[in-house]
Amino acid sequence: MDGHMAPRMDLAAIRADFPILSETVRGKRFTFLDSGASAQKPRQVIGAMVRMMEKAYANVHRGAYHMSEQATEAYEASRRAVQRFLNAADEREIIFTGSSTNAINLVAHSYGRGVMKPGQAVVISEMEHHANLVPWQMLRDAHGIELRVARITDAGELDLEDLAAKLADGKVGLVAVTHMSNVLGTVTPAALIARMAHEAGAKVLFDGSQAAVHRRVDMQALDADFYVFTGHKLYGPTGIGVLYAKAALLEAMPPFLGGGDMIAEVTFEKSIWAPIPGKFEAGTPPIIEAIGLHAAIDYVEAIGMPAIEAHERALVDRAMARLPHIEGVTLLGRAQDRGGVFAFALDTAHAHDVATLLDRAGIAVRSGRHCAEPLHARFNVESTCRASFGLYTTPEEVDLLADALGQAREFFR
Amino acid sequence: MSGGLFDDLRDLYQEVILDHGRKPRNFRRLDDADCTARGDNPMCGDRMELFLKMAPDGTIADAAFQGRGCAISMASASLMTDTVKGKSPAQAHEMSDKFRTLAMTGTCPECGGDIVEDMERLAPLSGVHDFPSRVKCATLAWHTLNAALDGQAKEASSE
Repeated sequence: MDGHMAPRMDLAAIRADFPILSETVRGKRFTFLDSGASAQKPRQVIGAMVRMMEKAYANVHRGAYHMSEQATEAYEASRRAVQRFLNAADEREIIFTGSSTNAINLVAHSYGRGVMKPGQAVVISEMEHHANLVPWQMLRDAHGIELRVARITDAGELDLEDLAAKLADGKVGLVAVTHMSNVLGTVTPAALIARMAHEAGAKVLFDGSQAAVHRRVDMQALDADFYVFTGHKLYGPTGIGVLYAKAALLEAMPPFLGGGDMIAEVTFEKSIWAPIPGKFEAGTPPIIEAIGLHAAIDYVEAIGMPAIEAHERALVDRAMARLPHIEGVTLLGRAQDRGGVFAFALDTAHAHDVATLLDRAGIAVRSGRHCAEPLHARFNVESTCRASFGLYTTPEEVDLLADALGQAREFFR
Repeated sequence: MSGGLFDDLRDLYQEVILDHGRKPRNFRRLDDADCTARGDNPMCGDRMELFLKMAPDGTIADAAFQGRGCAISMASASLMTDTVKGKSPAQAHEMSDKFRTLAMTGTCPECGGDIVEDMERLAPLSGVHDFPSRVKCATLAWHTLNAALDGQAKEASSE
């Protein structure tokens, strides 16, 4: 099995970096299989944020004094870390936001209302998180933009023929799709989607909230116009997200929020916007969170994204070898290219009952519709449980889940 | 059952709940219902539609529901429709308030009087108070009942 030369990582040492993983739940070892909702934090992230607050904190871009200059430098260093992490061409293409949701809303407002014209269309897919659906519905209703939904196949993969059909009339201004489904685990062929969008004269946005955590993403290789991800799923803090956008697009877009820090000059009559990225960072930004995100990026890069991807690939293989074979378990989606996210239903029990039982075994999974209600309707299931893996997940935890599911089914028979 | 991994969950999933969850009573549509309401826990995927048929004296002559949800929500709706039959809207509202107390605290000191037997029938659901994320599963049916009764009152007032 392990014949190929996969990059290795020291799982025990990694787990020791995450204090919460040594907690117990109801007397059982804590088996955290909900990293897709929000990941746990290593000491390196916690420490970096505490150190900043204890030794180097002040507001950024404002004070002509040592601490503020130091904080500004740390904040901008985080931007450069994100630039490297995404292989963006220019650090000015990295905008800090509050979350992925904020980042998508920024694009929907600024690019959607400011650059797109009524009568144009946005294409999303059937497997979008509500964060990449609702902002476009709001844009549709406010600005006369048509919203098109590209189908997915029964295997849970993007139907590329349908996408091509939806692009065919040349009215599409933006394709906004997930890079990895938060329910199905499907990884979409982003470079191909970008090419299809560009050939149809459209820009492309990827919701990388899940994908950026699990594999190396490269803005220049993907030729992405917009890409969003969030800190808290990448082992960093809540309250910080990232919008990557090509500099030329950002230059052409009007600001989203107005306020301090996003202006070059203000009089009572008018204001002149600051150059990018400042134009899109009104108000005091998430400074401490940016330092935490920087530490998180350093953390995953020290391990190496290829090693993380290989580790998670092994976990996915293990899960695929076990979960579909448990009697009564239905897995949503069977994409060829997938990451460590598994949504499943049990024939004898509702997702909530299953989650309550698993919790008794110390296993944390999400239950419900995972902010993807239309996707559940697409597969005609009311709700599912979702197990999602992180870089600290062990093969034994996958087995524990599989064993507990078998017992849960018996419990409700 | 053997295995035992989940044995301590028998307080939550008592046999009566598993039974009502698997085979909910009054699980049907009332075509001649006088009031209906929908209940939805969108985060969880619990959904139900409640039907009430009122008697000439204003009491609830029949109650039935349809829907999908977890064992707790289905069992709660099943038991709720069983226990509110024959009650006046005021009594039903009172039971609804008491049930919420029961679900949130595990006890109901004021559940005496003429509803004591009905509240005892609902007592197996009191185990949810130990599971904060599950309380709303148990109370959904009662919220829906309130909505159905209030809807009727609104209709009545518009006449």
